Amino acid sequence: MAAAIESGEVSVRDVVETALHRIETLDAGLNAFTLVMHDSARLAAAHADTEIAAGRYRGPLHGIPISIKDLIDVAGVPTTAASQVTDRSPAGADAPVVARLRDAGAILIGKCNLHEFAFGTTGEDSAFGPTRHPLDADRSPGGSSSGSAVSVAARMVTASVGTDTGGSIRIPAAACGLVGLKPTFGELPCDGIVPLGPSLDHVGPLTRCVADARLMFTAMGGVSLSAGSGGTTPLTRRLGCPRPYFLDQLDDGVRATFERALERLLDDAWTVSTSPIRHARDTATVCLHLLLPEAAAVHASSLDRQGAAYTQGVRLRLEMGRYVLAEDYVRAQRGRAVLTQAVDDALGDHDALVLPSLAIPAPRLGTDTVEIDGRPVSVRNVTLRLTQLFNATGHPAVSIPCGATASGLPVGLQLVGRRSHTAQLLDVAQAVEQSLA
Amino acid sequence: MTGDDWLDAAKADAQRRQLPALEPLLEALARATRRLRAAEWNLSAASRPAHDADQPDDTPAT
Repeated sequence: MAAAIESGEVSVRDVVETALHRIETLDAGLNAFTLVMHDSARLAAAHADTEIAAGRYRGPLHGIPISIKDLIDVAGVPTTAASQVTDRSPAGADAPVVARLRDAGAILIGKCNLHEFAFGTTGEDSAFGPTRHPLDADRSPGGSSSGSAVSVAARMVTASVGTDTGGSIRIPAAACGLVGLKPTFGELPCDGIVPLGPSLDHVGPLTRCVADARLMFTAMGGVSLSAGSGGTTPLTRRLGCPRPYFLDQLDDGVRATFERALERLLDDAWTVSTSPIRHARDTATVCLHLLLPEAAAVHASSLDRQGAAYTQGVRLRLEMGRYVLAEDYVRAQRGRAVLTQAVDDALGDHDALVLPSLAIPAPRLGTDTVEIDGRPVSVRNVTLRLTQLFNATGHPAVSIPCGATASGLPVGLQLVGRRSHTAQLLDVAQAVEQSLA
Repeated sequence: MTGDDWLDAAKADAQRRQLPALEPLLEALARATRRLRAAEWNLSAASRPAHDADQPDDTPAT
């Protein structure tokens, strides 16, 4: 699409009208958008066409339609966080990552639905109602960046910006067959984004391929796209798989699809060795004791004044955080440091760690449990199981599609890289993507 | 504060605040906190409790 826009073969106006028409046709059944910015998108498209015709092409995102999770400020429109709690006044300014995408020429099509305040993995608890999976309307697309994922998966837009505090980019990316990138912690600014757990929050792109994720990540980092990027890291083609714990509890279809993907990698001259992460079984309790009190601190005054305005599930989990003792939060910080070193050690001299992104296929809406190995497990627990560690440690992690279950539901493969080496992780991801193609 | 004392106090407070639906979540949180406190990597001025690696992971997700 970028080449066609640059050459003038297709106008940005036509691209945007196609996106708006597709939203009009599809979104009533999917509920991916909380707000479609028809007028401003059309104005931006006209401006982009004028610029491009005048020879001022900004790069491969110029004229590309994107959506923004409705947790992230876009100037002039409200940031609802999919909640009745927020005051609906328009944001005074773009979040920095949004401003950078505008500078790169991207066209903002609209704001996307999410799990209320990003505090959930299904998108079901939303003041706007649940977002539905594009392949099965009775299923969740995963969350919390549910609408972002569906807007891309249903080809309403080319890319979206989501957030990830425990897996909220990677979970819906895996469930919907997309690429979802959580960069290194702190690499992209979270200013202008409603916080959930400030030491765990990340912002990043959801796209249909790794190359697009790289473009979005680069632009969001404020780096010019005109010079080209990527593909410069020499790879050893050695991956480490932290089998203990991370492959212990998987849906049979997810396991089979992931293992087949590993076989395809082996067939394409990758090596995959077992590389355990020490203390991995402490992941859930460490992450719980980090996130709950941080989220409670963010929401304390709103809970006191407007508790009833939250969805019930989100309210109760936020209230739970108010009971975590300071000494246990401190213990969790110690656990974070231990686990961070453990992930560093597991990476060793591998290009990346490889593991599934999501332990189950897209879950059915309205279900709290699923069955794995004949036992019921919590949907919330199992959807966070494979992703949340890397929010605590800050390592960059990306989910890429690696196939589908027998019933056609997408399965994601997660790659985890060294901290502050997100660009190198994308090089690995692009090479893995090519091997799986 | 011991885990049992914490749970008793938390449940009493949840009742006082008319949030009875919190009680099962607090019980799950108490189990998770016990696990956190038992982790072998905890720092301690005295001896450190052993970590039972075979405990089922029923930590409530966030």
